[in-house]
Amino acid sequence: MQPDPASRDGAVLSLRGIVKTFPGVRALDGVRLDLFPGQVTALIGENGAGKSTIVKVLTGIHQPDEGQILVAGEPVRFPTAQAAGAAGVTAIHQETVLFDEMTVAENIFIGHAPRTRWGLIDRRAMRTRAAEILRGIGSDLDPATRLRDLGIASKHLVAIARALSVDARVVIMDEPTAALSHKEIAELYELVEKLKAQGKAILFISHKFDEIFRIADRWTVFRDGAFVGEGAMGDVTEGDLVQMMVGRSVDQIYPKRPARIGPPVLTVAGYCHPTEYEDITFTLHQGEILGFYGLVGAGRSEVMQALFGISQPAKGACRIAGDVRVIRSTAQAVQAGIVYVPEDRGRQGAVKGLPIFQNVTLPSLARTSRGGFLRLAEEFALAREYTQRLDLRAASLDQDIGLLSGGNQQKVVIAKWLATQPRIIILDEPTKGIDIGSKAAVHDFMSELAAQGLAVIMVSSEIPEVLGMSDRIIVMREGRIAGEFAGPAMTPENLIRAAVGIERSAA
Amino acid sequence: MSLLKSREVVLGGVIVLLLAAIASRFPGFVAPANLGRVFTDTSPLILLALGQMAVILTKCIDLSVAANLALCGMVAALMDGMGVPMPVILGTVVVMGAGLGAINGALVWGLGIPSIVVTLGTMTIYRGTIFLLTEGAWINAHQMSDAFKAVPRQVILGLPVMAWIAVAAIAGVAVLMTRTALGRAFYAVGGNPHAAVYTGISVGRTQFAAFVLAGALAGLTGYLWVARYAVAYVDIAGGFELDVVAACVIGGIAIAGGAGTVAGAVMGALFLGIIKNALPVVGISPFWQMAISGAAILAAIAFNARRRDPGRIILKRAEVRA
Repeated sequence: MQPDPASRDGAVLSLRGIVKTFPGVRALDGVRLDLFPGQVTALIGENGAGKSTIVKVLTGIHQPDEGQILVAGEPVRFPTAQAAGAAGVTAIHQETVLFDEMTVAENIFIGHAPRTRWGLIDRRAMRTRAAEILRGIGSDLDPATRLRDLGIASKHLVAIARALSVDARVVIMDEPTAALSHKEIAELYELVEKLKAQGKAILFISHKFDEIFRIADRWTVFRDGAFVGEGAMGDVTEGDLVQMMVGRSVDQIYPKRPARIGPPVLTVAGYCHPTEYEDITFTLHQGEILGFYGLVGAGRSEVMQALFGISQPAKGACRIAGDVRVIRSTAQAVQAGIVYVPEDRGRQGAVKGLPIFQNVTLPSLARTSRGGFLRLAEEFALAREYTQRLDLRAASLDQDIGLLSGGNQQKVVIAKWLATQPRIIILDEPTKGIDIGSKAAVHDFMSELAAQGLAVIMVSSEIPEVLGMSDRIIVMREGRIAGEFAGPAMTPENLIRAAVGIERSAA
Repeated sequence: MSLLKSREVVLGGVIVLLLAAIASRFPGFVAPANLGRVFTDTSPLILLALGQMAVILTKCIDLSVAANLALCGMVAALMDGMGVPMPVILGTVVVMGAGLGAINGALVWGLGIPSIVVTLGTMTIYRGTIFLLTEGAWINAHQMSDAFKAVPRQVILGLPVMAWIAVAAIAGVAVLMTRTALGRAFYAVGGNPHAAVYTGISVGRTQFAAFVLAGALAGLTGYLWVARYAVAYVDIAGGFELDVVAACVIGGIAIAGGAGTVAGAVMGALFLGIIKNALPVVGISPFWQMAISGAAILAAIAFNARRRDPGRIILKRAEVRA
């Protein structure tokens, strides 16, 4: 690794030894980063490498625990987003941060609108300057247009104009092409070239290798919150970058038991959706853990939600144990024996305010009632049986689920679904955001379920987890199945190549 | 859960203190016969609060209950004028009230219009319908049959039928809330609509059911009201919907949905009923009643706000990982 100079000559912004910890997670572990005027630096890393955290540190949303931020060699602090903006650091967010009911000009200047002598907002100056900024990025949008009347590409331009309205020296683009069409991406590249020509330093965060090689001048790789390397794009190959992203081999122990794979229980053929996924075809066997890997936004959760009846595929068929099934609602999915443990437990899993046992029995009430009346004793028995199997730590099953830790809430949600006695269980990021101990319990239990003949789909963005737990792995990229790996082909390199879209032959 | 229980205990304590304070100067107020009268007088409020509770649990609100009550009451009086037998009238008001509730529910479920807007509209429509039926005319005591007026006042085991109906409704709704899948669904839908969907519970259908229940209770109460006061006109129970919502809020039914008990709703209604009946006795202007119930609402909300949702920690953690 190169020595760590205090600040590179000519760097407009440098980070040195940045550490940021959150309860239970060391999100950034002494990372460094240098951005140079007139150059695009690509920040590359797997899910959870710390890319989003570094953006938040740079824009004053998070304060680093340790380390220095240097602007033109001078140490500075960004206690607020305004302070970062004043120092000329600005981030282009997705269009969701904009206000639909306001005009283009109001959106661009929200929070720092030009004022008149009387302290009121100077609308005329705001419009004139908005038009200037828009012209600067080659757009002739009328600043008086309401945002809701614009298409997504124009909204994106407004977001960019807003970022530039603070006289930016450093522009951060976090996955800027994720929501854009090919034509819009080409326009974005032109814009990046313009910004480069104006001498702005650009931090470009992307998963897509083709665009990194197309647009970036320099690269920096993070892995698990740590700095791995940096350099000029010309001196590096795709293979090198993948190697740096993957790093060491799987070093965690996973309680994967040898699987007795049975007959197919679920066959999905040609699932299509106009915007989320296309031509999804796969088979799931009894006793199997099928891993779904991909980068965030690859469409994995959307496919799972279609299987569970939350949304419907536009095309395609699904067979469960040989019978063609059309699943239009979650109730039908549960009846067909498919259950889904969602990724966002807080929003989609736990019903806070209800006690643990009622959370467990919610989908099984038909079984615990007689003649239309619930039987609390049976509910308790059912809840006790399944929460014990998951080794739930709770004072009482009568306790509000909201008072449990994240890991224990996850166990309750899993217990809830197991109590319906499903044939197929889909676990979406089952260990995301839970403590190590609960993680091991969930993994252990997953193995046990498969051993008992349940078919398990595990959606995971963590390579060690997906490699450690799966019998077979499907990788999705941009809504399509990018590869299927089993046995010795299940390597970190193969997964990342498929996920970012590098052909095998390029290696 | 213990906090939820303690909320009802606190309200019960407040009611006991209130009664004790009144009794210290007017012992007659707490005589069993008078308490029975207060309970009977509060029965309509209790009946509507039970229905409103179901609606509020599902994150909705029904402002049309008083108009529903008035319309069903008027229809009952008109039917009586035509000589329709009592059992048919009773059946009709319940079904009709449920139907009016179903209109609310269908608009909320099918069109996804916020319930406050839907019921603000139907509230006016239902009132307007009474005017269309009667052209604003009143139906007075002498135009009603004796049988029609007798039912709610008939005394059984020391209490009028109206009070017994309230008791039966309390028991029925309590069983519905704690012992049936539908009751559980009310709590789940209000507590976390997203999770309810992922659990296979239809949010819209559950809200629809809550509106039908509220409507049916309002329809039944419509008959009881008109028969007890022996008068029916366009504006009966005008503004009563706000008393109903107030009873629920005072009773600790979380306005954001998902939390609250039958005991709370009933006690909230009784609290208002006691104040309304006690003020004239104590010699305080009834206008103070509004100020007192307003203060009680604010106090109840402030009390409930102290225990709100420790669950955001998880979201923050998820954000950290992202």
